[in-house]
Amino acid sequence: MAGPTQGLLGRKLGMTQIFTDEGERVPVTVLEVGPCPVVQKKTVEKDGYSALQLGFGAVKERRVNKPLRGHFARANLKPLRWLREIRWDPQEAASIQVGEVLKVDLFRPGQRVDVIGTSRGKGFQGVIKRYGNRRGPMSHGSMYHRRVGTLGATAPQRVFPGKKMPGRTGGRRVTVLNLEVMRVDPETNLLLVRGAVPGPKGSLVVVRRSVKEGRKSA
Amino acid sequence: MDVIRTVETAQLRPDRVEFRPGDTVRVHLQVKEGGRQRVQVFEGTVIARNGTGVRETFTVRKISQGVGVERVFPLHAPTIEKIEVVRPGKVRRAKLYYLRKLVGKAARVAERHNG
Repeated sequence: MAGPTQGLLGRKLGMTQIFTDEGERVPVTVLEVGPCPVVQKKTVEKDGYSALQLGFGAVKERRVNKPLRGHFARANLKPLRWLREIRWDPQEAASIQVGEVLKVDLFRPGQRVDVIGTSRGKGFQGVIKRYGNRRGPMSHGSMYHRRVGTLGATAPQRVFPGKKMPGRTGGRRVTVLNLEVMRVDPETNLLLVRGAVPGPKGSLVVVRRSVKEGRKSA
Repeated sequence: MDVIRTVETAQLRPDRVEFRPGDTVRVHLQVKEGGRQRVQVFEGTVIARNGTGVRETFTVRKISQGVGVERVFPLHAPTIEKIEVVRPGKVRRAKLYYLRKLVGKAARVAERHNG
């Protein structure tokens, strides 16, 4: 994890395209980001690191168990659907109180962000879809179509750990780095980001200030 | 989904005229050349319209110096100043890809009257 970041929680709404002022057509993902109340603060003194625990999304009170309800009550908040901690610069976090609501206006157009989400689950898949291996010939007497190739040489007499084999694919945490913020709408809590973002529509995403920000070839 | 639609409809150009495949149109396009802006006109037959909403595009085909040239324009692009219908065409299908194989007299489209 690179240096202190800051970010917000949001929901993926889907993709479309927009035109820039220059008339360029840009593919964008529409995200509903925030409002995110600060539920808890982690400080260097107490926890050894600086972070804000943010909540996002409405949820019925009875869907939340008692311990969690108590956790929200401590911050004087209604229960929220998602809770995530986001690393925060200690100096910037100092001025933010528990219960304060953070909104999309944290970001501005032209800024670079990273978006973290859970990719679509694809179930148990073979090695071609899962790792992009190439298949064998489908005809001309070939009996090797979409199978795993060799598992290794005879010499070690075992299969090395990490050997690419069929298995559960997708449904894991994926981070897309350095996406350009195209538009911010604080009224409707919308954030339009250039390009694609992992996960199905409606899934939780974390949008944070890009770790690559400020680098030369960002 | 609704939100996506609001984002999209905000960008639609309500001033776009109605035209169909088969129509001959003049597309007035703003082009930037070394900081200078001018209007370029592309005239030809509309051979297809694709997509809906902001994502809708149309394909214009013309014969330029004996070579067939096709351009695909996003219907709602802000760089398109205006679209003029020069001559409405009468055709019986939505995609006129068959025109690509035809040359000269055979590649003409009948004119539509009354609409």
